[in-house]
Amino acid sequence: MGLFIAQILTGLANAGALFMVASGLSLIFGVTRVVNFAHGSFYMLGAYVGYSLMQVLPGMVGFWGAILLAGIIVGLIGVIVEICVLRPVYSAPELFQLVATFGVILVIQDLVLMIWGPQDLLGPRAPGLKGVIRIMGEPVPQYDIALIVITPFVAFALWYLITKTRVGTLVRAATQDREMVSALGVNQAWLFTGVFFLGCALAGLGGALQLPKGGADLLMDFTILGSVFVVVVIGGMGSLPGAYLAAVIISVLNVFGVTYAPQSTLVLMFVVMVVVLMFRPFGLLGKEEVAGEHGQVGEPERPIKPAGNRIRLLVAAGLVILGLLPLYSGNFAVVLVTDILIFCLFAASLHFMLGQGGLVSFGHAAFFGGGAYAAALFVTYADTPMELALVLAPICAGLAAIIIGWVCLRSTGVYFAMLTLAFGQLLWSLAFQWGDVTGGDDGLVNIWPSDWASDNSVYYYIAFFLCTGGILLLRQAAHAPFGYAMRAARDSARQAEAMGINTKRVQLVAFTFAGIMAGLAGGLFVFSKGSIFPNELETARSFDALIVVFLGGVKTLSGGWVGAAFFEGIKDYLTRFEYWRLALGLSIIIVVILGPEGIVGSLRKAGERFGLLKVPEDAK
Amino acid sequence: MNRNTFLKGMVGAIALSVTGLSVAAQSGEPIKVGEINHYKRMAAFAEPYKKGIELGLEEINAAGGVLDRPLEFIFRDDQGDPGEAIKIAEELMTSEGAVMLTGTILSNVGLAISAVAAEKQWVYLASEPLADALTWSQGNSWTFRLRTSTYMQAAMLAEQAAKTDAMKYATIAPNYAYGKDAVAAFKEVLTKLKPGVEFVGEQWPALFKIDAGAEVQALERSKPDAIYNVTFGPDLAKFVREGTTRGLFDGRSVYGLLSGEPEYLEPLADEAPEGWVVTGYPWYDFTEEDGANKTFVDAYQARFNETPKLGSLVGYMTAATVAAAIQKAGSTEGDAIRMAFEGLDVTTPVGEITFREIDNQATMGAFVGKTMLKDGAGVMTDWTYLDGADYLPSDEEVAKLRPAE
Repeated sequence: MGLFIAQILTGLANAGALFMVASGLSLIFGVTRVVNFAHGSFYMLGAYVGYSLMQVLPGMVGFWGAILLAGIIVGLIGVIVEICVLRPVYSAPELFQLVATFGVILVIQDLVLMIWGPQDLLGPRAPGLKGVIRIMGEPVPQYDIALIVITPFVAFALWYLITKTRVGTLVRAATQDREMVSALGVNQAWLFTGVFFLGCALAGLGGALQLPKGGADLLMDFTILGSVFVVVVIGGMGSLPGAYLAAVIISVLNVFGVTYAPQSTLVLMFVVMVVVLMFRPFGLLGKEEVAGEHGQVGEPERPIKPAGNRIRLLVAAGLVILGLLPLYSGNFAVVLVTDILIFCLFAASLHFMLGQGGLVSFGHAAFFGGGAYAAALFVTYADTPMELALVLAPICAGLAAIIIGWVCLRSTGVYFAMLTLAFGQLLWSLAFQWGDVTGGDDGLVNIWPSDWASDNSVYYYIAFFLCTGGILLLRQAAHAPFGYAMRAARDSARQAEAMGINTKRVQLVAFTFAGIMAGLAGGLFVFSKGSIFPNELETARSFDALIVVFLGGVKTLSGGWVGAAFFEGIKDYLTRFEYWRLALGLSIIIVVILGPEGIVGSLRKAGERFGLLKVPEDAK
Repeated sequence: MNRNTFLKGMVGAIALSVTGLSVAAQSGEPIKVGEINHYKRMAAFAEPYKKGIELGLEEINAAGGVLDRPLEFIFRDDQGDPGEAIKIAEELMTSEGAVMLTGTILSNVGLAISAVAAEKQWVYLASEPLADALTWSQGNSWTFRLRTSTYMQAAMLAEQAAKTDAMKYATIAPNYAYGKDAVAAFKEVLTKLKPGVEFVGEQWPALFKIDAGAEVQALERSKPDAIYNVTFGPDLAKFVREGTTRGLFDGRSVYGLLSGEPEYLEPLADEAPEGWVVTGYPWYDFTEEDGANKTFVDAYQARFNETPKLGSLVGYMTAATVAAAIQKAGSTEGDAIRMAFEGLDVTTPVGEITFREIDNQATMGAFVGKTMLKDGAGVMTDWTYLDGADYLPSDEEVAKLRPAE
């Protein structure tokens, strides 16, 4: 009994920092609709800033003062980020801002490394709270008790701010319908900035508060991100009590998981999320998303048209140049372009379902890595030749997509995205944990192409034909009646249904088709590398694809592969330098600010302005 | 802020960050070695390692280089991503003119490079990855490993554990291949040395995501006589703090794999645990009697004005190994270097090491000692250097572990 209570207390204490970071993310999303990937970075900043302040400020007052100050300082950094990076891109298509926040992550990572150095910092202990209290004989650290007491106070203060003050009224109004709020004369820009301050300050506070239980290290931004997203979604986006409840549930379950099923900790919270979303598609305390937007943000989307002659010539010329690559360039260029082509197909497959179908997936790597693992497993256990494995990879990925899609498509919007994330994570942990079959994180090695294809140039041609073929096929599908049905389902499910389109089925087919293409890319990947590891199934891989899709331009047909080629190319160049993350992050931010419609969208605009491209009649 | 000014500022910042690159300026035709590592993702471990290499190179080149040519390392960051590392390996070997590859800390990246090295017939010296698979189940004739493997270090601790009366053990290890290998090896060797031991609890926190309070409660629940710890980095810090606060370590002996390495012990400062039996690197204790060890530590501190880590030593030994191999090969041809590695003897700060012909594993050993607090910092005391050659399975067993060549 004593142990049981002590375990619950441990869970409650762990919930503290998690709740603060999650509530900040939830607030920011609710009001600004920005999915702030950089939220973990603000948490990390809070820990580092708090640590430095605690070195200077002495005693008990200094300790708590440092935590408070860390929150405020991180909030101010958040304000700078919001004004410089996000304000210019609020009018961009929905979710585009997450690319900008991705750039912010990279910048903050390198800046923190520059300022604080690579060493892990052990957080100072709280003065006066270093010991334990015995509860029924079980030791409970005093600082845990402090956290358990503080968290509800913060939660209450937030609740009061949101429900009882004028600022809170505005925030709630903006959460429901931000355009109406600005129409009523509220300065929306400052409201957004204010909310961003509050959200980031909460993240910073969380980072500083956990110092006595851990410390500050350079990996903590990503380690918390997954759990924070899960908490926000289980609680319901935008719901503060929900975030608290979810943080407590996740933390307490985790403590019991550690004791009674020690290997389960990798996936436990994702399983909980899937179960919750199956029964409550909008989280525990979330409300159904009302269509807050009056039409889409930004310019109306143009109808899809086949490319003009000039563009076709350009693409044909590009293909010829690529096709002759092995004849005039060195071996490494061939290898590099093979990599880029494979990534382009992967990105194009996500772009297809995201751009045409409006299905934002956070777990697309499940099919890329899934295809790669399928091919690798066939080769390892059945000595399948490469040719057959390259056929089986997309088929297996497609089968997985049918099952995963069937479950995920019960939800929509962010909840759909989080379900795909959960399945991606489940597949990852399967590959990671099932060491006897998948080799665990030691992966599967020695998966090489057949003899005739083992030369880099020959393999390049295989990748070249399959990838460009796949990308053209995806493009063709967008022009086919099926593409029209997808766009109808995306733009207005109700009207599409009224016209006799089974939107769910259309979406499932789109999801599967995208999965098949990603699986093909995965199959090509594994033979080009000769090995496969679980990191190809990681959420980071899904986010890579997501970033380049937005970077290339969601509302264009070629955004996926253009963004991928640009991103891979620039990354290959920049990683040669010491502070490449800073440079890459800043490059992304610049691209985002200069071209809020993505690379392709902006190029098209520029082309039209300078008379290189014809402006379509309906866009004049 | 005006958008244009802001953008200009950012372009400037990019330019600034790019010029951090250093260019080696040496006369003659240098021999290039491709070094791939996770310089950003694992900065705390990779940076001292890089400095160790740099110090080694300076000494080698000051003494006339290798084959009368300067030795040069090309450092490249792979972001801890195996696919990326393979691409970089290809570039280094085919367009940068590297003669062989070194590097990586993460075992999976090491395994990825090792597979591609065997396929393309490149020599790869796996300097820091610890996975047993690298020289055994996935071993190949082109891959050589410098550092003391997981099995060897676990066997050293198991030997110490077997000397005590403790019969009930609990283990805690990060939930990935390294952690699993480390626990399996410890169990295997300890059970062999002391058949009656019992393993009463196993904890598997996710790497760098430890829920330390819960782990400590779970360990306490299994009431072990002794604990075997494999966590490291930020996980170790959290585990030690919660464990100390909750009294987990009171009256129990604890065995910590790698826990004594300065990389992990230093951040703990005055909270470093006392009385743990650990493998590590007691550079602060070296005296004139320790000869080359002392010389290296002094040279390192003089050169970089900071204390060495274990990574520094491994980096320094990497440079020495590469130089010795190429010198012995008398050529920069891949096959010649590979042949030279078989049975290669290298003189290093920790003594003479040999690359075993049977499994391409070097016989580098480890320092084993007890932790204690001294002047507010954790140090190792009563340490000895154990030769790695004594902690490997018999040749017959190794031959069975390794695929036929």
